[in-house]
Formats: sequence, C-alpha cells, structure tokens
Amino acid sequence: MASKRTVEVTLSTTGLDAQGRPVRVPLTATEDGTPVALEAPPSLEPDLEGEHMLINLGPQHPATHGVLRLVLELNGETVVRCIPHIGYLHCGFEKIGEYRQYNQIIPWTDREDYLNSMGNNVAFVLGAERLFGVETTPRCTVLRVMAMELSRIISHLVWVGTFCIDIGAYTPFLYAFQERENVYNMFEAWVGARLTTSGTRVGGMAADIPDGWLDRLKQFIRTFPGTIAEIDALLTRNAIWTGRTVGVGVMSPEDALNYGLSGPMVRASGVAFDVRRDFPYLDYETYDFEVPVGTNGDCYDRYLVRMEEMLQSVRILEQAVDRLPDGPVNVDDPRLILPDKHKATSEMESMIHHFKLVMEGPRPPAGESYVAVESPKGEKGYYMVSDGSSKPVRWRIRPPSFVNLSAIPKLVEGHLLADVITINASIDIVMGEIDR
Amino acid sequence: MSNAFPIVYSGSALTPETPAPTTPKQVPHHGGPENPSAAALRARFPDAVQRVVVMWGETTVYVSGGSLLDIVRWLHDDPGQSYEYLSDVTAVEYRDLDRPIEVVWHLRSLAWRRFLRLKVEIQKGTPLEVASVWPVYKGADWLERECYDMFGIRFDGHPDLRRLLLWEQYKEGYPLRKDFPLRGRFSRSEQLRQALAALPESRYSMEELSIVDAFDELPADMRRRLRDGERTGE
Repeated sequence: MASKRTVEVTLSTTGLDAQGRPVRVPLTATEDGTPVALEAPPSLEPDLEGEHMLINLGPQHPATHGVLRLVLELNGETVVRCIPHIGYLHCGFEKIGEYRQYNQIIPWTDREDYLNSMGNNVAFVLGAERLFGVETTPRCTVLRVMAMELSRIISHLVWVGTFCIDIGAYTPFLYAFQERENVYNMFEAWVGARLTTSGTRVGGMAADIPDGWLDRLKQFIRTFPGTIAEIDALLTRNAIWTGRTVGVGVMSPEDALNYGLSGPMVRASGVAFDVRRDFPYLDYETYDFEVPVGTNGDCYDRYLVRMEEMLQSVRILEQAVDRLPDGPVNVDDPRLILPDKHKATSEMESMIHHFKLVMEGPRPPAGESYVAVESPKGEKGYYMVSDGSSKPVRWRIRPPSFVNLSAIPKLVEGHLLADVITINASIDIVMGEIDR
Repeated sequence: MSNAFPIVYSGSALTPETPAPTTPKQVPHHGGPENPSAAALRARFPDAVQRVVVMWGETTVYVSGGSLLDIVRWLHDDPGQSYEYLSDVTAVEYRDLDRPIEVVWHLRSLAWRRFLRLKVEIQKGTPLEVASVWPVYKGADWLERECYDMFGIRFDGHPDLRRLLLWEQYKEGYPLRKDFPLRGRFSRSEQLRQALAALPESRYSMEELSIVDAFDELPADMRRRLRDGERTGE
C-alpha cells in the first residue's frame, strides 16, 4: 500500500496571520540606518513532488458524450493511469432480444447507436436474413446502401460537431447540425421517424421512398460537399485545431489491430481495413469509392479520415441514385412479409398469413450467423443464434465503439488532462451502444 | 507530415490474381466452401479440433478448451493464417438447458481476408472456465469482462476480471443466463433499497482507492471483499 498522500494545504495569505489579521512586519535596518532587503517569505505552496491526484471525470460531464466515467490518476497535469467505468446506460438489449421476434428487435437497434439508427436497422436485418436464407430484391439492396451512407454522414457530422465543441470551436458545430437536419428530414419523409427510424424489415424495408425523395437526395448530394468544404476551411489548417489534435492520442497500426480498433480509428492509424471492401455486403464491391487511411494515427488523422469518408459516402450515394432500379422493395414471401392491409381484411389466405406473422413471427431454421457491417464507428456485428423458434436464442451486438473505447487507457496515459477530452472525443463513442 | 508507420493493407498476403471479395449470394444453410484455416488447424492440432461446421458460409471450429490459447496464438502468429484481428468474444447458452454453454470467438485475418469462428463447449455442471486470449489480443480485455459479467464465465489469465457493465456489488447473478428471469431476480423494492444503501466508495475499484488511500477508511466487510477479490453473484 502506498504511503498516505493527503495533501495539507496551509490556509493563509501573504500579509495575514492564521486568524486573518494583518501581520506587521517590522522594517529592519542596520545600526547606521541603511535598510536591509528582507528575506523572501517562505513559499506557501506545499511540495507536491510525487503526490498524485485522483480525478473523477464524469459520469455527468458534457465532454464524455453521455455517461462515461473515467477515473484519472494525475501527476500534476499528466495522466498516469486511467480507469474507465461504463454501464450507466445498460438496459439489457441482448436479454430483451431473446424474448422478441426478429422484427420486434429492430426498434432496439435504433436505440443502441442512436446516431446511426438506420444503419443499425440495415445491419440487423442483414444478419437476420442470412439466418433466414433470404435474398433481398435489387431495389431494396440499393435503398439500404442509401440508408447506410446517409446515416454514416449523420454520425460523422455529429462527431465533427461535438469534437469541435469539446476543443472549443463552436461554428462548425452549427454547420454540421444544419446538414444533419436535412438528412433527418429525408428520413422523416421516408419512414416517418427521424431518430429512431426502424426503417427495415426482415426481407425488405418498412416503406419505399416517397415521390420526389430522390430529388431531395440529389439536392443534398449537390450541396453537402460545400458544407464539408466550409468546415474544412475552418479547421484543417487552423493553428489552434492542429495544436490540439496533432500528435495527440497516437496509436501505432500494430497496436490498433491488437486492441481490436475498427473503423476510422484503425484507418487513421494506417490500417486499410474497411468491412465494406474487405468483407463486402449489399454489393458494396460494385461501388467505386476510396478507403481513406491516415499516416500518424493521432486525433488529427482521425478527423481527416472522417471528413474524407463523408465525401466518399457522397460518391457512393451518387452511384446509388444512378443505379436505383424499379421493382418491389420487399421479397415475395408471405411467410416473411406482411400482406397489404386491404388484402388482410378481404382475403382469407392473407388474413391467415397476417395472423401467423403477427402472433408467431417468422421462424428461421436452426443455425447461427454473424454479419458485420462498416458502421460509422467501425465494425458493427450482429451475431444471432436460432434454435428454430421465432425468437433468437442469443442476439449479440458487437459494438465498435465499445472496443474502441476499451483502448482509452492506452491512448490517454502520458498525456495532459486537457488531451483526455480531445482523445475521448476523437474515438467517437456513443454510450447507448457501449452499454446497450 | 512524415509517413511514420507502414500502411497495413488488408489482403496483402493474397496474390494479385485473387479475385476481389464479393457479397455472398445464395449461401447454403449447411456445407459450402470451408475456410482453409480449418483444415490447417486439423493438421496442426489434430487432438484439439473436435469438429468443423460450415453454416451459412461461416466456418465454425469447435476446439477443446485446454488448447484454446495455443490455437489462438498459432492462428495469430503463423504467417499462413495471420488472424491479427479479434472481432468478438461472447457466449451462447441454449434454451435446452442440457446443451453445453458455448464460448465464441470471432477472428478475422485481414491479410488473407478470412473469417473464422472458434467455439469451446463447456458442459453444464463443470466450472465455467476457459483460457483468456488477452495475452494475444489486447482487445479481448473488455469483451471478456463483459462475457464474465453477463454469463459468469471466468477467463483464466485475464489481468482484471471484474464486472464491466454492471457494478461490482451486483448480487443478482449473471443476466444473460437462461435461468435469469427477464425482470431480474430481486424485486424492484429490493433493487431500490440496495441502490440507496450503497456507499459512494463502492463505485470505485480497489485499484482506484489505493491511489488516494481511501481504502483504509472503508467498512471492514467492503475492505475484505475488495482485497480478497471476492466476486458477487451466484
């Protein structure tokens, strides 16, 4: 056990005694009357050499992006040790999922990584569809790509806005949130919800895009790179910005892989790992896009990688708009997809399907599947195990920001306290996903 | 800015003629091409590999728990495998309570662009213990802690196996086990009583309390529990 480290601070002020009365300091002089310089008063600061301080950052702290708690041991202003605590938002999503049918789990996926809810919906149904052995229609595949890339843009916009605020820049936040509002309006027109979209179903989507929606998307594709250019002009060559981010929180590529980092975190370190390209889904291999890779693995590279990724998402969106085929959105399988409402109330067969789907839910064959997608935070995987009933035996979320955050002691130790805020913000954590 | 690190490209071990990966289509339920690492594992560890299952295009290798760490280390280090990325560590308990609990590792080889699932079956009634892969993958730290937190599986060799999402004094057991009711074991009033009776110090770990020597001021029972590393639950 270490020695007692309570710091005794003397409560006194120069010129006052311990009771707060002024101290009369007699002027001294030599016998012949010449004044003598007084000795400097002894320092009132206690010697703090070797004294370490315990600081509790969070759980209620605006820069922890939710309810993250970091217990920091400080030597002066340098972080000696960091012990993270999570779980304040834990609500047992995985346990609840074992008591829900597959389509009933989709609303839970909105609420874990709530900045990427549409992407989570798509990721979940991709996993469920592999479990069911279903292939979606071509139109649905392209619509899902649009959903994923739009939610990637939302998530990165929120990230860049909050990262700026954490460091002290306010204006880019406003630019970013304005564009985010455009995307949310498009989601609202598409599925009727903004944040908790629940936009997909096993075997298709909740809704086809409404008339005129593609024009709004094209408008967004035209204007959005301008916003990125504005944010870029404000930040990328800004002396304060680079001073706060360059060389902070460096992760080597070997460490980044070994710590299981994914997404922009691992790409900023120089590892070109992108699930979209290396383990493709949704025909991503047919889209033309680049995987931006950093060189130094610091917070600045993470910023550059995410900014470039937004532009690459715009490229993918352009191609998706061009290739969007006509046709049905949902698979033609009455065991999976609800019949039209007018059929369910007028045809006996459709009514039976409706009843069976609502009351029992679709049943996949016994088996298991792990489907990972490239979420804005990294590799998001859904691992589902079925025993042949309509509810999964096990529904596991592989949360990317959970694994990314687990490396935070390695990232912050040795840095200044102010850099902890920068590094924590650069990871892009969403506590709803970490705690689940 | 100088290029301080070499960029690690995925697929680097493949020849340039290897076709680019594509979205899996028409995947059969059972069978299909097996991950080549499964055959390599069977050749290298004939006694440890129990069976190999290919389901929905994903290869699962069931291995014995005793040689898990050797297998994982070999998969990580061998240049012919180079599984340098640990995606996930989790566990599965089936509704059929006689079936063993399965601990699941999802590994990725970026160089070879492969995906492999390892499983260790732990029979019911035997201690839920398995080797930690933390010496090979540092990313297993929180994943294993969560698995311990939710299933009560002990990972031997993990440096700091504490509860992660739940608090350390949580007494209701392991929530993702099938014998754990959805609403929790305790009543709401009991949960509230425990929450209100908790000491603020109980939210710190022993490691943190030792930094400021607040440990000595704790009640004797909490000190004993923290010092002995006693696990709550069960």
